Amino acid sequence: MTALVIAEHDNTHVRGGAANAVTAASKMGGDVHVLVAGQGAAAAAADAAKLAGVAKVLHAEGAQYAGGLPENIAALVVSLAGGYSHIVTSASAFGKNFMPRVAALLDVAQVSEITGVESADTFVRPIYAGNAFATVQSMDKVKAVTVRATGFEAAAATGSAPVESIAAGADKAQSKVVSQELTKSSRPELAGARRIVSGGRGLASGENFRMLDALADKLGAAIGASRAAVDSGYCPNDYQVGQTGKIVAPELYVAIGISGAIQHLAGMKDSKVIVAINKDPEAPIFQVADYGLVGDLFQIVPELTQKL
Amino acid sequence: MKILVPVKRVVDFNVKVRVKADQTGVELANVKMSMNPFDEIAVEEALKLKEGGKATEVIAVSAGVAACQETLRTALAMGADRAILVETDAELQPLAVAKLLKAVVQKESAGLVILGKQAIDDDANQTGQMLAALLDWPQATFASKVEIGEGAATVTREIDGGLETVEVKLPAIITTDLRLNTPRYATLPNIMKAKKKPLDVVKPDALGVDVAPRLKTLKVAEPGKRKAGVMVKDVGELVDKLRNEAKVI
Repeated sequence: MTALVIAEHDNTHVRGGAANAVTAASKMGGDVHVLVAGQGAAAAAADAAKLAGVAKVLHAEGAQYAGGLPENIAALVVSLAGGYSHIVTSASAFGKNFMPRVAALLDVAQVSEITGVESADTFVRPIYAGNAFATVQSMDKVKAVTVRATGFEAAAATGSAPVESIAAGADKAQSKVVSQELTKSSRPELAGARRIVSGGRGLASGENFRMLDALADKLGAAIGASRAAVDSGYCPNDYQVGQTGKIVAPELYVAIGISGAIQHLAGMKDSKVIVAINKDPEAPIFQVADYGLVGDLFQIVPELTQKL
Repeated sequence: MKILVPVKRVVDFNVKVRVKADQTGVELANVKMSMNPFDEIAVEEALKLKEGGKATEVIAVSAGVAACQETLRTALAMGADRAILVETDAELQPLAVAKLLKAVVQKESAGLVILGKQAIDDDANQTGQMLAALLDWPQATFASKVEIGEGAATVTREIDGGLETVEVKLPAIITTDLRLNTPRYATLPNIMKAKKKPLDVVKPDALGVDVAPRLKTLKVAEPGKRKAGVMVKDVGELVDKLRNEAKVI
């Protein structure tokens, strides 16, 4: 029994929850191999080889894998699938995109966004925006699984597995990446941040939203937002925390001017410590907060920034 | 070009779901059901493409129990031309739905399929990608902007670090993200008109598809509850608690 983990990477490092997917795969009961497919991705393959619990890294090189195009990645994974009992990846935009193609081509079900591994064929996953958790058993020979990063620790970089080059598949040439517009930030990546400062509609404008910068800098935190703040144009869409945005579970989550719609809570309620600052004492966010402070955020945020 | 829009009947997004006491699932009796919100966005996008002269016909498709006809009528009231229900009382999982949709796509010779990126009940986020694989079509998932050109579609996608624009050859699969558009409301005259639009019912057997589930749900449980927190009176107390009690700063 061996699991193949398809790792998201940026050519130098594995990212996007790949290290957490390795931990989940390790719990499925067999060896763990990692696939790194890309163009100029040798450094990322070497990075994957350091993850604890990995027995071997497969490295496929080719321009057809440069943009993580799902048609080409899925074809490659399917060509390798014969030797594996589990095909695993992170439930990131990358993993969610290609994995169902793999499952369909293998004629097996996919188990999406698992947060727990009960046994080699039984997994726990959230349904209804995290309002319920289903324990599901796969009856297929090969288990196709995506892993929610917040459900598993990242595998430590303490290993040294061999890296094996494998032949690249054909370019299906069905799609191509035209451009990418990535939000530039010197702050930690939201999905894996240890601390997050998050703003909502209460900030009332994009200009006011910037007042979170100083607080986040002081805490070394990533900045997030509610859907209301994103829809109002206060900040870019990739800041969104919630069921349809990013799922986060930092050590500290500071919710500022966020009322706490179910949709938002689904994305952050697994945080270790939650702080809520809101002028409305009835806001639902206080029901999940460890520490609540009712008051005017325009006074509280600068004062908090100064006192930290 | 015909556009196919699969729509799913799900528990309305405003309903707070409850887990059944026997842990076999969530309570669905006497619960308001609606079209999956991401599918409403898919219907809207298909209608906009038709209005812009990029499509000739918009066909709504659903799979499931007879009551899914209501969901299809909603799509018809929004403006879809006709509807198809693949009717079955069996539990349908994404792979089975993708196989049913493949059969319908081929029967209708659709040139584009627009689906919601995920359904808000099982949160699987699989059907569109599976359908693309089964048809050997390219896919553009999590779309926030769609432009149809000659033989190809240019789609802006929401990805983890921001936005990505891809070009996919047609025929293709597109799945919708929240910011693609704002779905229109069905007006009363259109709701009346929708009742007369064609709605065909077929069975999975007629499409030659085995819909047997591959995943067995052993248990559905409530999420772990957070213990109640405390209210602090000022910033000083908050900083003190974070530093000395929670020890996170």
